[in-house]
Formats: sequence, C-alpha cells, structure tokens
Amino acid sequence: MTQESSAFPIDASTAGGGGIPPAAAVSSRLARKTRWNVGDFVFKHLTMLFALGVLSLVFLMGYEMYKGSELTMTKFGWNFLATSIWDPVQDEYGAFPLIFGTLLSSFIALLISLPLGLGVAIFLSELAPRWLERPFSFLVELLAAIPSIVYGLWGIFVLVPWLRLSVQPWLSSNFGYLPFFRGPAYGFGMLAAGLILSVMVLPIIASISRDVLQAIPSLQREAALGLGATRWESTRVILSSAKSGILGATLLGLGRAVGETMAVTMVIGNRSEISASLFSPAYSMASVIANEFAEASSSMYTSALIEIAFVLFVMTIVLNALARLIVWSVTRRFRT
Amino acid sequence: MMTTNEKLYLLWRKTKNNAMILFSLACILLALVPLVLIFSYTLIQGISALNLDFFIQMPKPVGETGGGMANAIVGTGILIGLGALFGLPVGIMAGIYLAEYGDNPFAGTVRFLADVLSGIPSIVVGVVAYVIVVLPMKHFSALAGGVALAILMIPTVTRTTEEMIRLVPHSFREAGLAIGIPRWKTTLRIILPTAMKGITTGILLAIARAAGETAPLLFTALGNRFWSTAIDQPIASLTVFIYDYSKAPFEDWIRQSWGAAFVLIALIFILSVIFRIVTRSRYAEH
Repeated sequence: MTQESSAFPIDASTAGGGGIPPAAAVSSRLARKTRWNVGDFVFKHLTMLFALGVLSLVFLMGYEMYKGSELTMTKFGWNFLATSIWDPVQDEYGAFPLIFGTLLSSFIALLISLPLGLGVAIFLSELAPRWLERPFSFLVELLAAIPSIVYGLWGIFVLVPWLRLSVQPWLSSNFGYLPFFRGPAYGFGMLAAGLILSVMVLPIIASISRDVLQAIPSLQREAALGLGATRWESTRVILSSAKSGILGATLLGLGRAVGETMAVTMVIGNRSEISASLFSPAYSMASVIANEFAEASSSMYTSALIEIAFVLFVMTIVLNALARLIVWSVTRRFRT
Repeated sequence: MMTTNEKLYLLWRKTKNNAMILFSLACILLALVPLVLIFSYTLIQGISALNLDFFIQMPKPVGETGGGMANAIVGTGILIGLGALFGLPVGIMAGIYLAEYGDNPFAGTVRFLADVLSGIPSIVVGVVAYVIVVLPMKHFSALAGGVALAILMIPTVTRTTEEMIRLVPHSFREAGLAIGIPRWKTTLRIILPTAMKGITTGILLAIARAAGETAPLLFTALGNRFWSTAIDQPIASLTVFIYDYSKAPFEDWIRQSWGAAFVLIALIFILSVIFRIVTRSRYAEH
C-alpha cells in the first residue's frame, strides 16, 4: 500500500498533481462506489458543521470586538491610533504610545532572534547529524512550551536585576553617547521586554525556518556538493531558495511578539510614554489590556481597551495569514 | 596541478565553511542558554517552595506566612475542564472532517483559519470571552474563563486530530470499506481507535498549555482568594496566583509563585515528552 499519507501528514490532500492520488481523493472515489448511506450523510455533515464552527469563530471574534469598540470608534475615529494621551480620568484615549511600545519591543526581539533562529535552523537542517538534530529540535520546541507567566516570573527576579546591576551600567558607560542607552537604570523597561520577547520568538523562527529548509529537495544540496561546493556553500544555495519561507517564519515570529502579554507586562514598566532610551519604562497594547481591563470603570474606558484588542486582532490576523500563505506556497512547491 | 592562488582560495573556502559550522553551533547553544537558565532556576526555587501545604491548604490572609494554593489547583482544574468540555468536541469533529473529507476549498479555508486562529494573542481571546460571556452575565465567572480556554484549544486540537488521523495507513480505511462497512463506521471504529493514542496525547498537551495561560483569565475568571467551585462565580487559578503573588512584596508569596511555576512547567514538560515519544513511534511503524 502507499505510504503517501504518512510521509506528508499536513499537505497530503493538497499535494495533487502527478503520482499517487492523495488519501482523501482515493477514499472519496471509493465511497462513491459504495451504496448511499444515511449514516454517512449525517456523519459527514455533522463533522462539517463543526468545521464551519471553527471558521465562523474567527468572524464572530472580529465582529464582537468591532461592536464592543463602537463607542471609541465613533468618538475618536482614526485619531485613536495617532494621539498620545491615555487618561481614563478625563476619558481621553490615544493609543499611539502603546502601538509604538508594541512595535519597538517586537522589533528588538526580531533583531536578536532572527539571526540566532536562522543559525539554529541552518544547524538543525543542514549541518547537524541526525542523532543530534532530534534532541536539539525537541529542546528548541520546549522553549516555546514554557508558559508566558513563567518567563515573566523569571524576567522579574533574574533578568531585570541582571540588567539593572550589570548590563545597563555597562552599556551607558560604554555607549552612553547613543540616545538608546541613556537615563537611569531601572531594569524594568523596553530593553527587558525586547530581550524576553526575543527568547520567546526564537523557537518559532527556528522551527519554521527549519521546516522550510527541510522541504527543499536534497537534489539541490547534492548538486551543489557534487560540484565541489563546501557544506556552507551548498547551504547558501538552499538559503536562496528558502528566502521567502524564512520571511514567512519571521512574520509568524513577529505575530507572536506583537501579541505576547504576560511576560511583557511583567517587565516593561507599564508607563504610557514614548522615549528613545531603551532603559525607560514603556507600555504595550497587550499589557494595557492585561493591566487595566478588569478595573475599567466607564463604558468608554472598556470600549477603548476593546478597540486596542481589535487592532491587535487585525494586526495578528494579517501577519499570520500572510506568513501562512508564504510558508505554504514554499513548502507545497517543493513537495509536489 | 593547482596553483598557489587556487590552493589559497580552497583553504579560504574551507576555513569559511568551518567558521560557519561553528557559528551555527554557537547559535543553537546560545539559544538554549535561556532554556537551561529558566528550567534550573524554576527547579531550584520551585522544589524548595513545594510542600504538602501548597497542595492542600488555602491561601492565608495578607501578611501571614504559610498556606497553599489548594483552591487555585482545583480552580485551574475546573477551568481546563470547562475549556475541554466546550473546545474538544468542536476541535475533534472539525479535525475528523478535515482528515476524512478535507479535499475541497471549504476545508482548505477552515485549515487556514485554524492556523490563523492559533496565532491570535490569548489576551484578545480573553477580551472576546469577556464581551460574549461576562457582559451579558454582568459578572466575572469560571464559565467565561472556560470559554476563553476553549477558543484557545480549538485550533490546536483540530490540527492535531487531523494530522494524527492522516498518519493511519490508508489500507486500514480500504479494508473497512472493502468488507462493506459504511464510511462513517469505518472512521469511528477503525480509523479513530488507531489514531487514538496520538490524538489523546495531543489533546493532553493542548490542555496543559491552556493550563499555563494567564492573560485570558485575568478578566474572565478573575481569581478568587476563597474556596469556590461554582462556575458562575469568579474562580482561582494557578497562573493568576503567580501573577498576583509575583507583584507582592512578601517573600512567602514569591516563594509560592515559584512553586506554582514549577508545577506548571513540570506538567507541560512531562506531556511534551510523552507526546514526542508517542508520535515518534507512530512514524516509526509505517
């Protein structure tokens, strides 16, 4: 019997083209030849109903948040995203510093985790022997399984004191002429948030890039090596084919960083300000919701927080959809 | 014969090759440093914080040392129970559909949206649960927390179920159909039992991850310092306790939050290893 379905569990149904037809296609053809059966009809449509449930869940979420933020949408319009005053007492809401904080902390995270994650992916896919690849892959994935709150706890009691006592004084005495490394060393702040995010994003970038690299046919490696290329030179050939897939992995990582809540809330300092210095406390969209939602007293306040959640929802949907499309198209191209 | 220039160039290429291998090795070692640090720190702090009281005592009033998190342990159990109750049927059935009938554009869309859904921040899911459950009920409740966790579980359970069913060799399906068993019975009595081990551990992993969620519980289940198992009332959870205690100025509370962190990490670690072993043996069989 064919082993097609176990070789590519995810895309077997879409793999189509020449060769052996995918599992679902064979069986539906078989099913058509058997007698029509009430049980089959009911079962198929019952499962389909639940699949429809998953689909409508996404739209329901968007709709509920859109409706929930009507109050601030009509009052502030697009200014909500562009103004900087966040004052629940005066019922004045501007989310710009929050968006800025989210984007900057995510950017710092990518700056660190992209090169590292790519290095990890190259090692796992191209250079490591197989007996080394499996345990290392598992360890990297374990990094993604640690709950956000545990990262945050570790951030408060280990990372932040270390930053305050060693890293920040060193940075400001050696690179203090740069605007990023000025001001008092609190430990809590943008730098801590960016660092902890980079640890959390790294496993995503590493494991998806590894999948993309592994999806590229080994014919390309063999061709390069056969021409006398070194291991690294053949890796460069592979990398150039995998470029767009790596972009997809990066976008997925960005999506995770943008929405990460607990760890960031615990170390970012929670002050709605914009500062060039990475030492100063900041705020992010996810943290403002985590901190203030349960205490939001007025309906305008709640609406403002729901609107932030809505913006976050749209941002992550776009990032994830884009990334998945890119990753899918790359892995599928090489699989058929 | 190679000229000196060519030899030098070859030497340069080989050096570069070795340098890049070392660099990528350095990358992975550096990437694992935080893992080792976090695990060892949680292990050291957590083990010394755990005692019998942690599991069977209620939290003590502010200022008193001792006490435990019995209510939070039960609360987390109830929350993930509710989440599983709402989330698993949807996830499993949708997963069956995708694996068995998933050869059309509609299924492609569902698959795609399930993946996108798994990337939506958990705090956003919390806000949605707040809007659809807390607002109509007018107060925080375990139910709202359960709904949030259910939404978080659904995409993972859907995709895991689908992948595990796809690992079942196609000959199993054909054998069932060949002896005249209807398709649905083949799925339920032959395919599902075969895939059950993988599906179960995948589901357990999804549940363990839901148990580690904090953000969606902050303003749905809220938290509770007292004993409560009512699903229409605020309920305690381990993660929210970690969050609250970590901000507190009391040594003893911080000790307890490390204890809770250790319990969570141990749970997730053990289930990850089991999942790894189970899925690996499945791959090896075929």
